[in-house]
Amino acid sequence: MTQTEFLNIVMPFKDKVFRLAKRLLVSTEEAEDATQEVLIKLWNNQSKFEEYKNVEAFSMTMTKNFCLDKLKSKQSQNLKIVHSNYQDNSVSLQKEVEFKDSLDWVGRIMEELPEQQKMVIQLRDIEQYELEEICKMLDMNNTAVRVALSRARKTIRERLTNTHSYGIK
Amino acid sequence: MVLNNIEKLLKKYENGETSLKEEQQLKNYFSQETVEPHLEMYKPMFAYFSVNQQEQFTKDIPLKTKRIFNYKWISIAAVAVLMIGFYFKSNTAKDDLGTYDDPQLAYNEVVKSLAMISTQFNKGTSTVGYLNEMSKGTATLSYLNEIENTRNIIFKPNN
Repeated sequence: MTQTEFLNIVMPFKDKVFRLAKRLLVSTEEAEDATQEVLIKLWNNQSKFEEYKNVEAFSMTMTKNFCLDKLKSKQSQNLKIVHSNYQDNSVSLQKEVEFKDSLDWVGRIMEELPEQQKMVIQLRDIEQYELEEICKMLDMNNTAVRVALSRARKTIRERLTNTHSYGIK
Repeated sequence: MVLNNIEKLLKKYENGETSLKEEQQLKNYFSQETVEPHLEMYKPMFAYFSVNQQEQFTKDIPLKTKRIFNYKWISIAAVAVLMIGFYFKSNTAKDDLGTYDDPQLAYNEVVKSLAMISTQFNKGTSTVGYLNEMSKGTATLSYLNEIENTRNIIFKPNN
């Protein structure tokens, strides 16, 4: 397989790998490193490529495992929290600031979720995978995914309601 | 009607029972400029999801092409080097040592070289002559047998 062929396979989901890594590792740099690592591993194992039924799902599982390992290792004890630049639909400055602020809140709430819920909500609500795909990627059963999803969504909603009505966390 | 529907969907959504299509519907609803005040808190949630969906991995991927060392080419190179070596060797090497045309001259040369061989040979054998001294020495050593004999007479052999 040539590099171009490999890149053509990898291109469609490399962003998803990156976003999942970022969801788990928080820091953009760490996530970038993790993504590179995962893709290089894929490239080095290209001889086994035909064996994988679904390269994308396989890569997501790999990313999950890699990031969880990373979190476990001491290396990541000093993770930096980096906020991404949100694009706005430029309404008024006041609204813009409010909007950005509330998005930050969601991000912060997401950070506090347990890792499993983070991954589930990332894969479902952001990447929009089917439940069966998520089950395969995370090696969980259907009910467990549903429960994790439900809990994560409820937590986010509750926290947001509090912030919204009282302005507290 | 629409609001009712949305509320129903939200309930399903929180139980993790919505399909992707229904979730898209929710996303579309909450991407509007204005939503119902009591649903306002959902807005940033869905906005966050769609914003995060845009984030991209911009770093390039450092792919190293695996260098598989090809021994086939090494052997080919080795053979080529050997062939070149043989080619130049055969060009310079001379098996021909030359001959004499005049038989008399050839005879003289042969006599000369044979004479040289014989003188060197004699020199060698003359040094070998010293070996006679050696056998003389061993003859005197045979007197030691006498000592042995007398000892046997004095001391009885052990058995």
